[in-house]
Amino acid sequence: MTGTPAAMDKRVTFKGLWLPLLLVLPQIVITAVFFFYPAGQAIWQSLYIPDPFGLSMKFVGLGNFEYLLGDPYYRASFLTTAVFSVLVTVVSMGVALWLAVLADRLIKGSGTYRTLLIWPYAVAPAVAGVLWLFMFNTRVGVVTWYLGVLGYDWNHVLNDNEAMGLVVIASAWGRISYNFLFFLAGLQSIPRSVIEAAAIDGARFWTRFRTIVFPLLSPTTFFLLVVNVVYAFFETFGVIHTITSGGPQQATTILVYKVYADGFVGQDLGSSAAQSVILLAIVSVLTIIQFRFVERRVHY
Amino acid sequence: MATLSLRDVKKRFGKTEVIHGVNIDIEEGEFIVIVGPSGCGKSTLLRMVAGLETVTSGEIAIDGARVNEKEPMDRDIAMVFQNYALYPHMSVFDNMAYGLKIAGTPKGEIAERVEQAADLLQIRDFLARKPRELSGGQRQRVAMGRAIVRKPAVFLFDEPLSNLDAKLRVQMRLEIRQLQRELGVTSLYVTHDQVEAMTMADRMIVMNAGHADQIGAPLEVYSNPATEFVAGFIGSPPTNFFEAGGRGRIGVRPEHLSIVEGAGAGQLGATVANAEPLGAETLVHVRLENGSLLTVRQDGAAPIPAEGTGIGLAWDGRHEMRFG
Amino acid sequence: MTGRDALAAETPPVKAPGADHDGMVERRGAGLWLTHLGLIVGLLFIFFPIWLAFVASTISQPEIARPPMPLLPGDQFIENYTRALTSGINAPVALMLGNSLVMALGIAFGKIAISLLSAFAIVYFRFPGRQLFFWLIFLTLMLPVEVRIVPTYEVVAGFGMLNSYSGLIFPLIASATATFLFRQFFMTVPDELAEAARVDGARPMRFFFDILLPMSRTNIAALFVILFIYGWNQYLWPLLITTDPSMNTIVMGIKQMFPSGDDIADWPVIMATSILAMIPPVIVVVGMQRLFIRGLVESEK
Repeated sequence: MTGTPAAMDKRVTFKGLWLPLLLVLPQIVITAVFFFYPAGQAIWQSLYIPDPFGLSMKFVGLGNFEYLLGDPYYRASFLTTAVFSVLVTVVSMGVALWLAVLADRLIKGSGTYRTLLIWPYAVAPAVAGVLWLFMFNTRVGVVTWYLGVLGYDWNHVLNDNEAMGLVVIASAWGRISYNFLFFLAGLQSIPRSVIEAAAIDGARFWTRFRTIVFPLLSPTTFFLLVVNVVYAFFETFGVIHTITSGGPQQATTILVYKVYADGFVGQDLGSSAAQSVILLAIVSVLTIIQFRFVERRVHY
Repeated sequence: MATLSLRDVKKRFGKTEVIHGVNIDIEEGEFIVIVGPSGCGKSTLLRMVAGLETVTSGEIAIDGARVNEKEPMDRDIAMVFQNYALYPHMSVFDNMAYGLKIAGTPKGEIAERVEQAADLLQIRDFLARKPRELSGGQRQRVAMGRAIVRKPAVFLFDEPLSNLDAKLRVQMRLEIRQLQRELGVTSLYVTHDQVEAMTMADRMIVMNAGHADQIGAPLEVYSNPATEFVAGFIGSPPTNFFEAGGRGRIGVRPEHLSIVEGAGAGQLGATVANAEPLGAETLVHVRLENGSLLTVRQDGAAPIPAEGTGIGLAWDGRHEMRFG
Repeated sequence: MTGRDALAAETPPVKAPGADHDGMVERRGAGLWLTHLGLIVGLLFIFFPIWLAFVASTISQPEIARPPMPLLPGDQFIENYTRALTSGINAPVALMLGNSLVMALGIAFGKIAISLLSAFAIVYFRFPGRQLFFWLIFLTLMLPVEVRIVPTYEVVAGFGMLNSYSGLIFPLIASATATFLFRQFFMTVPDELAEAARVDGARPMRFFFDILLPMSRTNIAALFVILFIYGWNQYLWPLLITTDPSMNTIVMGIKQMFPSGDDIADWPVIMATSILAMIPPVIVVVGMQRLFIRGLVESEK
């Protein structure tokens, strides 16, 4: 893919005007109705507030945004999201890299491990949430019980940090497969001769990893960093909703959860829309970073 | 079988004219090779005949009928592509049969024609295979077969041998030529390889930067090149060009130069740089006083002068070539 | 919905994994066992939650309610699964499985179909608005569903598509990620193939069906896996638009099974449902592993 994707064109083209338009029509109609119109609505709504009776909308310009940025709850949610994303990214990428390095060391059998390790990819975040909730359930959870035996009183329903820890683990768990596959593929694409040369130069495993393997893996790592942050931002709604519903006291209310909570539970459309627009800005930046990076990769 | 004529055919991409007007009348059954370095416009010219590129101006006619506006399929042509362009998911049989199927040819006839072509090309045993299971030479034959079964009026070849190794290339060019003679189909063949052009063509078109520098039979082009470009491009090793004592720049082919013993002898003094004995002949590279290198082709049995020896060069004035 | 489109521009900087390759210079003896040990620890971390869920789905509620629950399966497997499938808690799980299947297949096939057609158009034709269309596609790569969730809900409600399959499916195929990927693939198809097809007399749609589609088989299959998982695992969107329990999908239905008050949850049924919710996507991912990994990981050249 190049910077201006349209620059690459086929030499051959078929003639015709109505046929290509007919071919793109289904996509145009569906994206217009279910994508561009709602996205436009979100931006439009973010500039208005409904009157108390919900009969009309009042234009407030950037008022919703000003209000949000001044709102301690929203600022707290920002911080929560940051902490949550960093932890999820670090935990899932760390574990995945560790497993990938081990699997890559195997001559035989890495396929078997791979087959087993990709399972969590198939498990929906919401289901992962239920599985982890069950283990740490304050009343019947097995892990909770054994922690109790060890003298630790686990209660994520009341304890902010434990709640955060649980949603982080459950989210990271579901993401390990994905990261593992990319790390393993990245490791296996490093030319063997490079590593053998380093071995002959006398570099031991850890030195080889630090000075050769990890730098060569950096495109993969960077790609995964961006993708995992996006995942933590947007795809973990199911985990949070099933385990904590944003609690206790909003301790696990990440931005996406807040859009839902304010928009659907709180019915505060203007604020919810403004939050959507802020998320839109964040994801756009992440996507641009990702594309710029992918582009550079292609040209080296 | 058909005639093919190009009348002042030009091609522009945007504002850049890449073909500056080519004229030729090709007779029934003739094998015409378009030869030239890469970027000279030879492939573009072929693709215009195929209908894959539009003609900016001029006229292309097959059997006297203008085809400029016709789709490739309506021109009664078949084409062999450089990378063969075989459909990877279809068997050899289906690859060859595809055009006939689209044309609505009855099944029995399709099978008959494909098998006939397969026999001709000795690929009958491979009909059930996929292209990826074939060697380069076999793929080449399938691509030929696909062209043959259509029984077109004109064959178009776009550097069909360039992906084969040297040995196979020699074999295939003989086979293609033989096949074309048997079938008698008018053919237009593009290559950058002047040996291919020399050995295969009834007539060749030497293209240079969008111009047809010369059109003629190979030996005629070889002995009477119309431009310095043609003289330099056709023939291997290439023609020597040098300044010969006040008579301006002349060209002499390596086989027309001979070495005369002793410094100061002959028409031009030179030093032997090195020699490449090839068995039947020896290529002696000599350096002129101004530093430029010339090549002399001499019989393999002739004595090879030692490196660094001062020698003289001689040639017959009839073999001098002069251009503008 | 679980958010950002599963496919969004994930063209990563790595090659597909090779079959047998020893990246780290040969390992022997103790090192080899340590390597296996490390991986097995990883597997335990991955599978413990799943195993526990499975065990819980085979024992009775009292066994769970008195912790610690056993770590080996019990004898209630058939009872629990039968109860879940036939009656469930709000709706029979069999019904929810069916809904999920329709939704996942609808999203996968729907998106693949419209994307193939439009990618074909933008790669092989020149038509007015093509450039604009291309940039619209690019834009959809950047805007995840969450961002427009409230207005999308209003649109779907306006069409009367709440509690319907079309309401579940259409908003989730309204992005061009797959179009983008197919475009990338079509660009790698040699130009000569289309030219050969033209010389052979194939009209555009004939070329599409006879040549392009069969050549895209592996890409289509890989995309199918990814989209199936994406559709199956949706949560937020079905949660919003299926208020009628008979239209619930299994993934969002699980959360609905928890009691609202202080009552103790019916864990055996909930866990049986969780296992059932995992089985189809796991079968698809593991069964089509090669294609799936290729679709996920393979880089564009």
